[in-house]
Amino acid sequence: MKTQSPDTLSVRILAFGIAKDILEDNVIWMDLEPGSKVSDLKSALMEAFPAFEKLQYVRFAINESYVTDDEIILPDDEIAIIPPVSGG
Amino acid sequence: MESQIHLTDLPLDPSGIHQYLSTPASGGIVVFTGTVRDHNQDLRVIRLEFEAYEPMAIKEMERLAQVCSEQWPCHRIAIHHRLGILGVGEIPVVIGVSTAHRQEAFAACQFLIDALKVHVPIWKKEVFTDGSQWVSAHP
Repeated sequence: MKTQSPDTLSVRILAFGIAKDILEDNVIWMDLEPGSKVSDLKSALMEAFPAFEKLQYVRFAINESYVTDDEIILPDDEIAIIPPVSGG
Repeated sequence: MESQIHLTDLPLDPSGIHQYLSTPASGGIVVFTGTVRDHNQDLRVIRLEFEAYEPMAIKEMERLAQVCSEQWPCHRIAIHHRLGILGVGEIPVVIGVSTAHRQEAFAACQFLIDALKVHVPIWKKEVFTDGSQWVSAHP
């Protein structure tokens, strides 16, 4: 676990499928500004891992539900990167 | 409507699922069975590897069963998906629906497999004779 300082939002991010290959791990931590939205996380990920640009599209889930780019991230949220799914 | 939603590392059992779906009121039962095929376009597929965001995948499958039952009068719905490594001919997914009449059962089953492929966080990697790729990851 990481401790939260008031001026940083440390978030735990789960990765699956090709996102896991890009991050080279199935879970990472990132530091964001408090009050950040999913769109801010997306930009931070693109910057840290340029290979995300090559994906067709990526969705995000917070606490096991799909969210839009406008969703505000809270300190204890479980965030997941959901690359194009391919079940069945 | 009752439903049975499973994610499992063990082989799926279509006939057990058929039994579950059968009720005295059900005049139609449709069971879709997906199987691993030995090629994708020109590439020879050796095996598929499935992984899931398990708690969310279960939630999404439950949600789809609910949406489905609001659209068609389903008696029972079963959605079973396999995880792990599957060889050619093995069954990664079984989806079944029972309804009073066949039309609803066909339509509901089609809806469920199509929606699963769009919404449920499960991923498959195709392993070829020389390499592998996550399906649908790139345009």
